[in-house]
Amino acid sequence: MAEQTVNKDIAKEENLVFKKTSVLTDKVMHYCPGCGHGTAHRLIAEVIEEMNIQSECIGITPVGCSVLMYNYLDVDMQEAAHGRAPALATAVKRLMPEKFVFTYQGDGDLAAIGTAETIHAANRGENITIFFINNGIYGMTGGQMAPTTLPNMKSSTSPYGRDVKMMGNPLKMTELVAQLPGTYYVTRQAVHTPKDVRKAKKAIRKAFENQKLERGLSLVEIVSNCNSGWKMTPLQANEWMVENMFPFYPMGDLKVDGEMVK
Amino acid sequence: MKELKLMKGNEAIAEAAIRAGADAYFGYPITPQSEVLEYLMAEKPHERTGMVVLQAESEVAAINMVYGGAACGRKVFTSSSSPGISLKQEGISYIAGSELPCLIVNVVRGGPGLGTIQPSQSDYFQATKGGGHGDYRLIVLAPSSVQEMADFVKLGFDLAFKYRNPAMILTDGAIGQMMEKVWLEEQQPRMTEFPEWATTGKKPGKERNIITSLDLDSAMQEKFNLKIQEKYREMEENEVRYETFECDDAEYLLVAYGTSARICQKSVQLAREKGIKVGLLRPQTLFPFPKKKISEMASQVKGILSVEMSAGQMVEDIKLSVEGKVKVGHFGRMGGIIHSAEEIVTALEQKIIGG
Amino acid sequence: MTEEIIIAGFGGQGVLSMGKILAYSGIMQDQEVSWMPSYGPEMRGGTANVTVILSDERISSPILDKFDTAIILNQQSMDKFEKSVKPGGMLIYDGNGIIRHPERKDISICRVDAAEEAAKMENTKVFNMIVLGGYLKVKPLVKLENVIKGLKESLPERHHALLPMNEKAIKRGLEIVQKIHEVNS
Repeated sequence: MAEQTVNKDIAKEENLVFKKTSVLTDKVMHYCPGCGHGTAHRLIAEVIEEMNIQSECIGITPVGCSVLMYNYLDVDMQEAAHGRAPALATAVKRLMPEKFVFTYQGDGDLAAIGTAETIHAANRGENITIFFINNGIYGMTGGQMAPTTLPNMKSSTSPYGRDVKMMGNPLKMTELVAQLPGTYYVTRQAVHTPKDVRKAKKAIRKAFENQKLERGLSLVEIVSNCNSGWKMTPLQANEWMVENMFPFYPMGDLKVDGEMVK
Repeated sequence: MKELKLMKGNEAIAEAAIRAGADAYFGYPITPQSEVLEYLMAEKPHERTGMVVLQAESEVAAINMVYGGAACGRKVFTSSSSPGISLKQEGISYIAGSELPCLIVNVVRGGPGLGTIQPSQSDYFQATKGGGHGDYRLIVLAPSSVQEMADFVKLGFDLAFKYRNPAMILTDGAIGQMMEKVWLEEQQPRMTEFPEWATTGKKPGKERNIITSLDLDSAMQEKFNLKIQEKYREMEENEVRYETFECDDAEYLLVAYGTSARICQKSVQLAREKGIKVGLLRPQTLFPFPKKKISEMASQVKGILSVEMSAGQMVEDIKLSVEGKVKVGHFGRMGGIIHSAEEIVTALEQKIIGG
Repeated sequence: MTEEIIIAGFGGQGVLSMGKILAYSGIMQDQEVSWMPSYGPEMRGGTANVTVILSDERISSPILDKFDTAIILNQQSMDKFEKSVKPGGMLIYDGNGIIRHPERKDISICRVDAAEEAAKMENTKVFNMIVLGGYLKVKPLVKLENVIKGLKESLPERHHALLPMNEKAIKRGLEIVQKIHEVNS
């Protein structure tokens, strides 16, 4: 990348309005422009910085688009096999209960191959935080149908749309997990507007802080787009997400402080 | 002070692990090794040493918990039996690929498939040749007594940490279920300092630690593979362990490990009563395999018989070590059947001496 | 000295625990011991057997098909293990429920009617200890004091109140065992 020219008259400390969090590395992210992963990463990094827990954090990355998250977040990280992040996190937290332990997983990882690990970690009430990025598709492998793919939604393995009679129904893991007595905080957020970003950040902070209470698992779902996989421009993808994903995956808290939200 | 107990092999593994200062056990019940988890739960190691014991939702979850714990630099282990070990293979490959130490116990039962709950040695290939995907090896220890079940726990952990590689105790239902005298080591404290590569939280002023088996750069991935292959060569150089029995004047050699080796000791006695000069070589490490010693013995004896509770797996390693110098035969029982000492002598007479 | 024993009967008769007490007794007199049960679904209500070896030397195979002594507690086990006694060896059995008594002439045969005796003592749980007493009488390889020590080791502490009752049963077994047939080994 070419060296950027900096206007030293403008780049003064008193003119600073935004600074990259120190918990993000300088590595250029590989995500497609318009993808929600970058924003979600930044929010997690900001919360870690604000809580001053960088040296207390162990993150577990999944298999999927965010497999390389350890390149971007400047905390100790483990890379799990596909779907198994909650099992790793269980061991890490039980061996080091004073640390902040989180997983970051996509929908294929968390809601298909890792369903058992997700449900059982939640049901055991592991004091960990799960970040669940739901874009209704397998992004990394090229846009195949995910457990969260909407009815009639096209993907490379449902080229004529998801026929629920043939391919089964989309799975609402967040609703499922909220039912379990082992979860303490379950919420669904988005990061496509500044307002949603602010709300999502609050949820992320709460999910981390809950670990100190030792009352069970916190799960933050972030409904995101996959403009490449959906074959749309970033803007179209966000609009499509609001129109189609949000009615099926409604925004907001499902469970707060161990109580279901009506 | 060492302590003398009468214990089942499975229980000896559990007790030895607590005493070796293990930090965690993650497992899932399966016959014939459920006593490991049962014993640990009954012993409340969280009160004795602070050790974590957790019954996982599956073998898959258990091995991935081992991965997570090992990545924190802790002494962690799991145990299972053949079908469960098959399920763990993905995780074991990741653990090897991330260069993490851990101990895996396989109390082998007969297969394939659900097979039988009776003892077998049919997982030799799986244990010694890698098991999961990719070019990797486990350190494979083969106890043949309850005492060795206990001793190999500490040895397994020590080697696993020395080489940053998973170690496996490959045993079977007979030794797991059998009770013998065992001298237990005194309690060792759990570790308080952890390896510098462990993910225990990024230290201020230091680079973060990343535990991963992923490298999308092929040149780097090949370099990594060469590095771990070098490690396996080092193990072959330094860690071969075996025991010989009546080998000094032997004209014929039995090679057997684990339960089969116990039966073969009796066969050696029976054969010598008949005037046949037989010795027994018992590998205690199956990887690294005692290639050099077997090659040496091949220059001394007229023939070698591999005795395994399998269709003939270790015999391939024996043949590779012998390099055609003498006749090598195989005598196997399968499906949970254990050889009788007499039939081994008969097999030696028919397949090697007369053959 | 090496003594290779099979104890066989129904699950629930205390076959495995009798073997365990014998093994502990061996340890008490500094012997090498092994205890190898049959295991598996048959343990749940079916037949149960255990091979116990006591030896002054390192034990080779813990799994055997010929025995110095067979202690047989039901008909199925009689059918299966009478032929497994080494010539000159010993077979001890409880006559309760036995319809085909042992026939071999090349082994010693003893009978200990422990089930009947346990009923008389109004304690069916000590059945296996009466059998053990019978064995100690006809094969005095393990000292009674070491058996009592072994019993104490193998019983959890909360059951130590039962020790006198078990000791009494062992002694009763010593008294009631009868020689049916004897060969000089």
